Amino acid sequence: MLNKNAKLSAKVFADDIEKAPTRDGFGKGTVEAGKADPRIVVLCADLAESTRAEWFQKEFPERFIEMGVAEQNMATVAAGMALAGKIPFTASYAAFNPGRNYEQIRTTIALNNVSVKICGMHAGVSVGPDGATHQMLEDIGLMRMLPNMIVLTPGDAEEARKAVIAATATDGPVYIRFGRAATPVFTTPESPFRIGKALLLWESENPKIAILSTGSLSHTALVAARNLSEKGIETLVFHLPTVKPLDGEAVIDAAKRTGAVVTIEEHQAAGGFGSAVAEFLAEEHPVPLKRLGIQDQFGQSGSPEELLSHYGLDAMHIEEAVRAFVAK
Amino acid sequence: MSYNEGMALTDEHIRALEKQAEAIRETIINMLVAAGSGHTAGPLGMADIFTAFYFHVLNHRPEQPEWEERDRLILSNGHICPVRYAAMAHAGYFPVNECLTLRKFGSRLQGHPERLRLPGMETTSGPLGEGLSQAAGVAYAIRMDNENRDVVRPDIMSGRTTSRHVYCLMSDGEQEEGNTWEAAMFAGKNKLSNLTAVMDRNNIQIDGMTEDVMPLEPLAEKYRAFNWHVLEVNGNDINAFIAAVDEAKAIHEKPTLIIAHTIPGKGVPEIEFDYHWHGKPPTAEEGKRFLKEIRTMGGKLPHEYA
Repeated sequence: MLNKNAKLSAKVFADDIEKAPTRDGFGKGTVEAGKADPRIVVLCADLAESTRAEWFQKEFPERFIEMGVAEQNMATVAAGMALAGKIPFTASYAAFNPGRNYEQIRTTIALNNVSVKICGMHAGVSVGPDGATHQMLEDIGLMRMLPNMIVLTPGDAEEARKAVIAATATDGPVYIRFGRAATPVFTTPESPFRIGKALLLWESENPKIAILSTGSLSHTALVAARNLSEKGIETLVFHLPTVKPLDGEAVIDAAKRTGAVVTIEEHQAAGGFGSAVAEFLAEEHPVPLKRLGIQDQFGQSGSPEELLSHYGLDAMHIEEAVRAFVAK
Repeated sequence: MSYNEGMALTDEHIRALEKQAEAIRETIINMLVAAGSGHTAGPLGMADIFTAFYFHVLNHRPEQPEWEERDRLILSNGHICPVRYAAMAHAGYFPVNECLTLRKFGSRLQGHPERLRLPGMETTSGPLGEGLSQAAGVAYAIRMDNENRDVVRPDIMSGRTTSRHVYCLMSDGEQEEGNTWEAAMFAGKNKLSNLTAVMDRNNIQIDGMTEDVMPLEPLAEKYRAFNWHVLEVNGNDINAFIAAVDEAKAIHEKPTLIIAHTIPGKGVPEIEFDYHWHGKPPTAEEGKRFLKEIRTMGGKLPHEYA
């Protein structure tokens, strides 16, 4: 059953649940944070509308900096602005930010340990028709390897707003991952959010398996858990909007209570969130583990629904994968 | 040394700076020999410019490296950091002796400079092509803040005025990096007149002469096309270099690039212009010989310590 303390939307399982892309949370969050803190600036690489940087631009034109199509320069100019006391957010597609400008981020932001918030939009296959070039599936891995870097993958637009605001309160570099497609807004303003903290979404009496999920697929995981429960397979579902630092306490708790873990992410299964969980559990509390994600492939054109289904990341496929894993 | 902007430098003043540059070159040789690795040609070629910065141009307080009103000096081509370390040490940021820890385990003087390890090191650098962007970011942020304050403020301690000017030192080789031109475009678009870039035009890079490896000319015309004011100067002539910096500060519509023509390995005639000395240090034996060459200005002068 749903964890009451998560204060999820009353419509969490309803067909007419509100939907919004997580990038909307970037737009709202930067405007809100910008009102509270004049040091906040937003840099954007010729994608003001689709990244929602435009929302900040309208509110604070003098604190919005158009970089043109130059993501390497965006990262390094942001590093310089942070050196001079600003809190820059850089916005582009994750394929380019951090895909294109990774070394600039590594040297001038992470090693330099400056307060730049790197915002990668349009992550995952749910970008849809744009195809493989624009469907970033390696960003979590790239960013979680960097010392000093915090990695956030919010689950919906509301949580994304909170993640942006929380990021401004940290001194160092943060990577925040956002999606293009409208996805269910399953959390509410009352839902707890803290960097480094997992959120228990679903809890059963005698769970056989723990589902650990990140990003907007956490809602899909929740739907799968409800369907599984109806068929007599009880689970725990944790949503981890922070990949780094990983909430080790919650991960161990999940592993101890169930003895088996499935991870879910819209990212390569190698190197991302599932890998972070696997590495941690292998050392701290080894249990059988299955990582659901993209299996060493690139994406392709299609609708978000078609693609998530094709790569095994819709509720039906997740349900099947969990059942197969439990049966083993 | 006291000095007011706009005043011509006296011959005495210039001689004192040249003497200082010689001391910095000696420190560079000593630290490279002690380190057993590192770059020789670039640091020696840039000793005059770093002397000009740390002993004349910059508004700075070695005893208070984070002083808010300081000018910012961003070093883009981090590999020439021995000259910056030597100049900072001589200016009083840390003991000159510490220079001998260059590249050693536990040292604040990393092989490529790191901001968090050494107060006064404005940023972390080494991977090429990233300094001009960072300097442009600093200049942009300072200009934003200047809208709410006096741009030029008196500094009671030195009697000078401060304006938090941003300088970026970069190499010619890193003009081959695309990131450099993204930065040039950005600074030109935004008319960052509080930014002065200095390019060490020494014509060498690891694999040979720049014009053979990847032709860069016409550099001045390229930067002018990007809306920069461009000056060219002999980078081993301290007086001429300081005059160029003064001119750059007087340009109010654009960022300025000073193309400083320097002689790689300057001060040690046997390695001057030789690209093989880009990335290697002298041996102990060579070090002794180089020190002698520096002290006698290549045998042209007698020297009391030579």
